[in-house]
Amino acid sequence: MILTKSLEKFGDYVMLMTRVFSAPDRWSEFFRRYIAEVYKLGIDSIAIVVTISLFIGAVITIQVSLNIMSPLIPAYTVGLVTRDTLILEFSSSIMSLILAGKIGSNIASEIGTMRVTEQIDALDIMGVNSANYLILPKIIALVTFIPVLVVFSMFTGLMGGYLIASFTGMISTAKYIYGLQSFFVEYYIWYSIIKSFFFAFVISSVASYYGYNARGGALEVGKASTDSVVVSSVMILLLDVLLTNLLLQ
Amino acid sequence: MIEVKNIVKSFEGKTILHDISATFYAGKTNLIIGQSGSGKTVLMKSIVGLIRPESGQVLYNGKDLLKMNSSEVRTLRSEIGMLFQGSALFDSLTVLENVMFPLKMFTRQSMVERVKRAEFCLERVNIKGVNNLYPSEISGGMQKRVAIARAIALNPKYLFCDEPNSGLDPRTSIVIDELVSDITKEYNMTTIINTHDMNSVMGIGENIVFLNKGHKEWVGTKEEIFTAKNEALDDFVFASNLFKMVKKYVVKENLESFFDNKSGK
Repeated sequence: MILTKSLEKFGDYVMLMTRVFSAPDRWSEFFRRYIAEVYKLGIDSIAIVVTISLFIGAVITIQVSLNIMSPLIPAYTVGLVTRDTLILEFSSSIMSLILAGKIGSNIASEIGTMRVTEQIDALDIMGVNSANYLILPKIIALVTFIPVLVVFSMFTGLMGGYLIASFTGMISTAKYIYGLQSFFVEYYIWYSIIKSFFFAFVISSVASYYGYNARGGALEVGKASTDSVVVSSVMILLLDVLLTNLLLQ
Repeated sequence: MIEVKNIVKSFEGKTILHDISATFYAGKTNLIIGQSGSGKTVLMKSIVGLIRPESGQVLYNGKDLLKMNSSEVRTLRSEIGMLFQGSALFDSLTVLENVMFPLKMFTRQSMVERVKRAEFCLERVNIKGVNNLYPSEISGGMQKRVAIARAIALNPKYLFCDEPNSGLDPRTSIVIDELVSDITKEYNMTTIINTHDMNSVMGIGENIVFLNKGHKEWVGTKEEIFTAKNEALDDFVFASNLFKMVKKYVVKENLESFFDNKSGK
């Protein structure tokens, strides 16, 4: 029963995506909406990404330095572990889970409200491909802007570690920076960015799907928003396992 | 002219529309009336193509909507204007941008031409001085009028109004009814209105289709309602004491004089 329902939903999702990925009715309108979505979904998320990354970077530094305090392990390891933790997992996967909550609920509730107030019906009646008009700019905006968020997250996370090192003196800043530079693998940055493209697509498309198919009133819009966050979070975790296996082997 | 023939529609095994056939004429205000849950909205959404019926035909000047290809549907949609129950104006656009939206999507007009046309449509529905306000900043009656202006922006051949008076006070309702009726005559449109407002029925009902529990029960004009021999229609139309009194007066006195007085002749 659950399997049938899930397959039905997946089929609906694929059908919706075929409508989304078609040529826009008006390219100028698409670009106007794309810019607006970059601002709303991307630039408006920088503050939360920076804040969370700064604190998590600091916390990772404290945790690592407390847990590996041993004369056998060099102090610069703190910088190295903080860097790899942030770059490999936090800035792409964990940040995407956070963005699934912020951006996903925003998209699902916006499109869901448009659905229940018949604004989507109004678009359809006019002959506008409502799925393409509403959803495509959101997906393209998030997929193209997420590398910026990932890089911001990496940088501010490492800065958080640096600040905590300089304020608490748990580790000297020189050793921390030496750790950041040690055994650096550039590919890890690309690996993180590649993963984030997939996560951005999942966040925006799943949230749009739930919003677009919301029926009823405020209660259903709220449920669509919650469901979108839950499903996209699970999808991100599954994809994380799959992509890590594929990209780091 | 729009004809529907033998429309059947069910949701989750429950039949909502039972073999509905009706004709809606150009240049007339065609009303679909019935209680809440009688299938009015489903019928209207089936006619405009938002819902696909299981069987039947929806003929726009003889051409079946259900057999049209996507480009034909797109062309037809550009000839349709619709006023939704809750106005369905786009929250993120101003009043002027809402009216300009269909022009922007479907014409090659310049910005100046679009603004000119949108301002003309807004003036036609007696809206002034709110061009730069957002829908949430204007009253419900104004929202309806802006929605009418948006619906007529592309000079449609067909106008659909789903409960245009819901949530409006009686005076504003009359204004909206008269506006829709005037525009219908002016542009010779085929207008279909879903309503359960008896003031609208008595005011502008030129061709009335009465639905009851998904069945077409009766078709006629506002004048014929008073002499109709249909129990369900009688129960629906003359449910209020006011209309019971009106019926008594009309049957006793003169039907023609009643409607002449009502239209202010």
